[in-house]
Amino acid sequence: MSDVVEKTLTALPSLLSLDTQPGSARLSSNSKLGNLIRGITELTSKHEEEKLIQRELSSIKEQVSSPNTTMRQMKELMVRTIYCEMLGYEASFSYIHAIKLAQQGNVLEKRVGYLAVSLFLNESHELLLLLVNTVLKDLQSTNLIEVCMALTVVSQMFPKDMIPAILPLVEEKLNHPKEIIRRKAVLALYKFYLIAPNQVQHIHNKFRKALCDKDPGVMSASLHIYLQLIQENPEGYKDLTASFVAILKQVVGGKLPMDFNYHSVPSPWVQMQLLRILSLLGKNDQSTSEIMYEVLDESLRRAEMNHNITYAILYECVRCIYTIHPASDLLEKAAKCIGNFVLSRKINLKYLGLKALTYVVQQDPKLALQHQMTIIECLDHPDFIIKRETLELLFRITNAQNVTVIVEKMLEFLRISKDDYTTIDLVGKVAELAEKYAPDNEWFIETMNTVFSIGGDMMQPDIPNGFLKLLSEGFDNVEEDRKLRLFAVNSYVSLLQGESSKLPQRFLQVICWVLGEYSHLREDLDPAVVLKLLAKLLDMKSSSSETKSWVLMAMTKLCLGGAASSAAQEVSEACSSSLDTILRQRAHELQYLSQNSELQARVLPRSDRLEPVEVDSSLSFLDGFVSEALAAGAAPYKPPHQRQEELSRSKALSLEPYGLSLPISMSSCSITDRQSPTLLSMSSGLSGDSTDVSHKGGSTTLKLDGVKRVWGKEGYLAQKELVEEPAQVEVPSPLRSSSQQGDGDGSQTPTPTPTPECEQEKQQLASSLFVGLSSQSSVCLLGKSESTPQRFRRKAKGSGTSLTASEQTSQPFASPSSAVDSLLCNNLLDSNIASELVVSSSEQTSQLSEGPSTADGACDTEVELTDSDVKGSVPAVSRDDCAAAADSAPREDPDKPEDTSLASHLPAELSGFSHSEIIPVCTDRSLDLSACHVQKENSLVLAVFVTNSSDCAIQQILVRVESEELEVSCLCASPVEEVRSHSVAVCQYSLTVKRPSVHFELAGLVSYQLPVGTPQSVQFSYKLPLTSFIRPLTVTTEEYGTMWLAFSHDTKQNLTLVSDDQEPLAATLNALKKKLQVQVVEVIGMEGIVACCLLQDQPCLMHCRVHAGMLAVWLRSPVPDLPDCLLYHCQRALQEH
Amino acid sequence: MIKFVLMVNQQGQVRLSRYFQPVELSRRAALEADAVRCCLSRSRDQCSFVEYKDFKLVYRQYAALYIVVGVTDSENELSIYELIHNFVEVLDKYFSRVSELDIMFNLDCVHIILDEMIQNGDIVETNKSRILAPLTAIDKMADG
Repeated sequence: MSDVVEKTLTALPSLLSLDTQPGSARLSSNSKLGNLIRGITELTSKHEEEKLIQRELSSIKEQVSSPNTTMRQMKELMVRTIYCEMLGYEASFSYIHAIKLAQQGNVLEKRVGYLAVSLFLNESHELLLLLVNTVLKDLQSTNLIEVCMALTVVSQMFPKDMIPAILPLVEEKLNHPKEIIRRKAVLALYKFYLIAPNQVQHIHNKFRKALCDKDPGVMSASLHIYLQLIQENPEGYKDLTASFVAILKQVVGGKLPMDFNYHSVPSPWVQMQLLRILSLLGKNDQSTSEIMYEVLDESLRRAEMNHNITYAILYECVRCIYTIHPASDLLEKAAKCIGNFVLSRKINLKYLGLKALTYVVQQDPKLALQHQMTIIECLDHPDFIIKRETLELLFRITNAQNVTVIVEKMLEFLRISKDDYTTIDLVGKVAELAEKYAPDNEWFIETMNTVFSIGGDMMQPDIPNGFLKLLSEGFDNVEEDRKLRLFAVNSYVSLLQGESSKLPQRFLQVICWVLGEYSHLREDLDPAVVLKLLAKLLDMKSSSSETKSWVLMAMTKLCLGGAASSAAQEVSEACSSSLDTILRQRAHELQYLSQNSELQARVLPRSDRLEPVEVDSSLSFLDGFVSEALAAGAAPYKPPHQRQEELSRSKALSLEPYGLSLPISMSSCSITDRQSPTLLSMSSGLSGDSTDVSHKGGSTTLKLDGVKRVWGKEGYLAQKELVEEPAQVEVPSPLRSSSQQGDGDGSQTPTPTPTPECEQEKQQLASSLFVGLSSQSSVCLLGKSESTPQRFRRKAKGSGTSLTASEQTSQPFASPSSAVDSLLCNNLLDSNIASELVVSSSEQTSQLSEGPSTADGACDTEVELTDSDVKGSVPAVSRDDCAAAADSAPREDPDKPEDTSLASHLPAELSGFSHSEIIPVCTDRSLDLSACHVQKENSLVLAVFVTNSSDCAIQQILVRVESEELEVSCLCASPVEEVRSHSVAVCQYSLTVKRPSVHFELAGLVSYQLPVGTPQSVQFSYKLPLTSFIRPLTVTTEEYGTMWLAFSHDTKQNLTLVSDDQEPLAATLNALKKKLQVQVVEVIGMEGIVACCLLQDQPCLMHCRVHAGMLAVWLRSPVPDLPDCLLYHCQRALQEH
Repeated sequence: MIKFVLMVNQQGQVRLSRYFQPVELSRRAALEADAVRCCLSRSRDQCSFVEYKDFKLVYRQYAALYIVVGVTDSENELSIYELIHNFVEVLDKYFSRVSELDIMFNLDCVHIILDEMIQNGDIVETNKSRILAPLTAIDKMADG
C-alpha cells in the first residue's frame, strides 16, 4: 500500500507524536476545552470519565442559561458540549442555546451555532423549526459568509414542511454572481429533492442551467441531483448523454483549473460521478451507449498513471463498460484492466479487482476462467476480507458441476467465521446453491444439516421453511421423493441418537417435523423409538417452548396404537400442566388424538396419500373484496420485497403498530430479498406449528401451490451443455488434462502443503471450480437442457376437475396443523362445520372468477367499480357538487347509444386504432364525462370526452389527470377552454408507465365555470389494466438469450394449459398472444419463448414449458414488479379462455 | 454513500465523529468501539477495507491516528480511501502541519472543513482551496 502512506508520513511528521509542535499556533491548550480534554485523557476508568463529564455538563448548563454569558463564551461552551456529546453523553439542554447562538452570534459564533445544531439535532427534531427564521434572515443577509452558512445548514438538514418558506430565496441564489453561493444553492436544492421531490419539480430546467454553469464546482454539484434523477428514471434524461460525455471529455482532457487536480489527476471524484451517470444512461440502450464509447476509451487511456486514485477511476470505468451496451474492444481493455487489478501485489487493488470481477462475471463468466489461479490463491489468502470477496465471486459462478467444491469452500469459511452478519449472509447463499444445484440426495441433506447447525437460530427463517416445503411438495419422481425423505429421516434419527443438546432450536424443529411426517417411510423403525427420541428433546433444558410444541406436534402424528400411545399419554400428562398455553394446547391435542386413531387419521392424514389440490393462485376470488377495500381507501397491496425495499429506504422509525397484516406469524412468513420476488411469499402452514396459523376455516383452501421459490435453473445456462461436450471447457493449457475429469471428486478437500503437490492440487481445485464456465454460456437457451440431470424438480400438481377440487378443499389436507386448528376451533369435535364453510367459499370463488369473461369485460367491471367509487367519494371531496352528484346517482342505463355517438368524436388520428369501450366516468348537472383508452403502436392515449349537457356554454374547462404509477402528459396543443351547449370536446393524454402495477388507476379533476355562478369542479377516476400497455417485442432467439441473462427481476409459476386442443402448448401460447398481444419468439418441442414489452422500451421475457399437464412459466424483466404483474394477467387470460 | 466519518487514536479515543445517517446517541459508542476494534486489529499488509455488519469500513492510519469511514457496499472503496487522504491534506494545509492536538483542540474547525467536503453522505467538494475558502473567510472576519 504503501508508497502513498509513506509519503504521507514524511509529509506529516507532526502527526507522529502528541508533543506540542511549535507550528501549531492555534492550540488553545490552556482553554477550558483544553482542560477538559486533558482531564479525560488522563483518566483511567470509564466510571471516572462519566463523573468528570457529568460535572462538566452541569457547569456548562449553569453557564449557558446565565444571562451574563457573552456569545463568545457561548461559542466556547458549545464546542465543549459538542465534545461531550461526541463521547456519548447527552446534552439536550444545550440544543436551544445552539439555535440561539446561530441566531445572535457574529460570523464565527454563528457558524459554530449552526454546526452544533447540525450535530445535535436530527432532521425530524421539532426544535429545527426555530431555526427557520434565522436561516431566512441569513439568506437575505448582505454578508456572503452568512448566506453561505445558511445554505450549508439547509443542505444538511431542514424541516420538510418549511421548504416553501425559503425555496424562492434559494432559487434566487442560483443566479448569484459568486460561484460558491450558486454551488451551495444547488446542493440545497439537492437536499430538497431528496426529502421532498415534489416541491422542486418545477425547477428541473434550472438544474440544467446549473449543469451548464461556467464554473466547474457548480456543474459538479448538479451531478448529484442528476445521478439521483437518472437512477429513478433513466429514460427521462437520455438527451443529456451528449452533455455528460462532453463534460467528462473536458475533465479527462485536463480543461479544469489546476486546483481541481488531486495528485495531478483532474477532478477524480467528478470523473467517477460522471462515469456512474453514464453507466445508468447506457444500460440496455445501444444508441446511447455508442455516444460514450470514445470518452470511455479515453478515460481508460488517461488513467494509466500508477496511483490509487487512477485505479479508483478505472474501477468505475470498468463497471460502466460492463454495464452499458457492450463494445468488444472496450470490453477487452476493461478485462485487461481487471486482470492488472487482481494480479496486483497491492492488496487494496486486489480487493477492488475481485469486486470488479464479481460484478463482471455476471455478464461474462469467461473472465473468471482467465483468472482462476489467482482466484484460488485468493481463497487461501490470509486476509479474511479477500477470502470473503472471493467467495462472493464464486457464488456468482456456481453451476451444477462445481457446486460441491464451492459449497465446501463456503462451509469451510463459515466454520471459522465469527461475524454474525457474514454467517447469516453466507448460510443463505449456501442454502440457495444447495437447492439449485444439489447433485444427489445425500449431499443435499448433509449440506442442509451443516447449514442448519452453523446457521443456527440466526439464519433467515425462510431457509428452514423452504427446505420443509421442498420435502413435502416433492418432485416429479415419487421414488426420488421417497428416497430423499427416507434419507432425511435416517440422518435425523442418527443425529438425535447422538449429542442433540447442541443442535440449534431451528434445526430441532426441522427434525421434529420431518420425523413426524416421514419416519413411517422407514419400515424397520418402530414409532416408539422415534417417540422416545423426541421425548428426550422435551426433557432438555435448552429446548425452547416453541421447539417443544413442534415436538408435541410430531408426536401427535406418530402416536398411533399400542406402546406408542401409552408413551404419548405419559408425555401429554407431563405437559398438560405446563404454564405455556400453547404447549398445554398441544398436549391436549396429543392426548385426545392418541386415544382416537380414527379421528387422528382423518385430521392428520399422511401427506404422501394426499391428492393434489387445485389452487386458485391468483386469488381471484378475493378480487371483489380487494376492490371494495381499495374503494374504501385501503392502500394497494405491495409485494413483500417492495415493502422491504421501501422500509429500508425510509430510515425513520416505523410507527405502524403491526408489521404484517398477513395472518401468519413472522416465523413462517419469509420476507427476504434473497429469493426472487414471488407473487406472495407465504409459506403455508407447513411449518407445523399451528399457532402460526390463526385464520380458521377458509384458510384451508389457501394452499399456495403456485408460490414457489426459485428452484433449479431448468437448463437455461449453457453450463449444462458441457456435460455433453466437455471438450469445450475453456481452460488454459496446463489445466486441460485435469479439467477433463470434470467432477473433481478428488479435490474436494484440498489441504495446501508447501510441496509441488500443492500446485497440482490447486490446479485440480481450479478445474473443479471453473468447470462449466465456457464461452458458450450465453448462447444456448432452450433445447437440450432436458438431458441434464436436474435433481430436484418440483412436482406440478395435476389439475383435477372443479368438482373434485372443491371436494378436496373440504378435506383438511397437507398442512396438518391448520387442520387441527380448524378442528380445535370447533371445540375439538366436528370438522364438518369448517369444511362446509370451505365449500361455500369455494363456490363463491368459482362464481366470482367466472364473472369477467372477456378481456374487455375485465375492463368493464373495473370501470363499474371506479364508477361507484366516484359516487361514493364525491360528497366527501367537493361539497359544492354534493347535490349535483346525488342527483346524478340514479342514472338510467349509461349505455350503448351514448357510446356510439361519442365514438364519432374520437379524433381522426386515433380512429385507426383499437380503443376500449367508451364508458361514462362521471356526471353532474351540466357535464357528462366519458373516457376510453386507445392503443396506438408505441403509445397509449387516454381520451376524455367532455359533454356539455346543459343549455349554456361552459367555460374555462380544465381537465387534469394524474396517477401514481403512470406518467400523464397532455397531448392537446391548447387545453379545452369552452364547450358549447350540447356539444362534445375531447382531451387526449399520453400515458406511460412509471411503475408497473396490475391495474392503473387515474385520478382526474375537471374544473369549469358556468356563465353564471361559481367555479365548479368534479372528480373522476378511470382504471385500466396493465395489458393495455403491452406490445409485442420482436427479437431473435439469440437476442432473447442475451437479454434473458441480463435481466434481474423474475418470477415463476405454473399455469393451467388450454386443454381443448391437440397441441396444448401452441393453443395456450396463441391464447396469450391474442389476449395480451405478446410475441411468440420460438417454439421447440415442449418449450416456447415469448417476448413482449411495456410500450416500446421495457421488455419482459417469458419462458414456457409444458410439464406434467401444466404450463411452467418463468418471466424475467429489467423492470421490478413487471413479471409479477404480467403473470397475473397471463393467469387471468388463461382462466378466461 | 458515506455513513459516518470517525477519527480515533490508537488508544481508541474518539477525536471526531460525524454521522450522515441518523444513529442514536446511545448506540454510537458501541458502534465506534466496534469499528475501531475492527480496524486496529488489522496489520499493515492487510487490506484497508473491512466488512462490518451490512456495510464496509475504509480506514487509513496516520501515525497514531486512524480515520475510519463507514460506507455502503455500493461505494467505491478505493475512492474513499483517497478521499481520506485528501481530507488530511486539507487539514494539513489549514493547520500547516496538522497534529492530533490540532484536531483535538479545534474540533469546530475540523467539523467545518468536513462539512464542506461531505454532505448527506455525498462527496460535494474536493478542491482544497475551495474547501477552505469559507473557513478562512470566517477567520479573517473574526480576527479583523
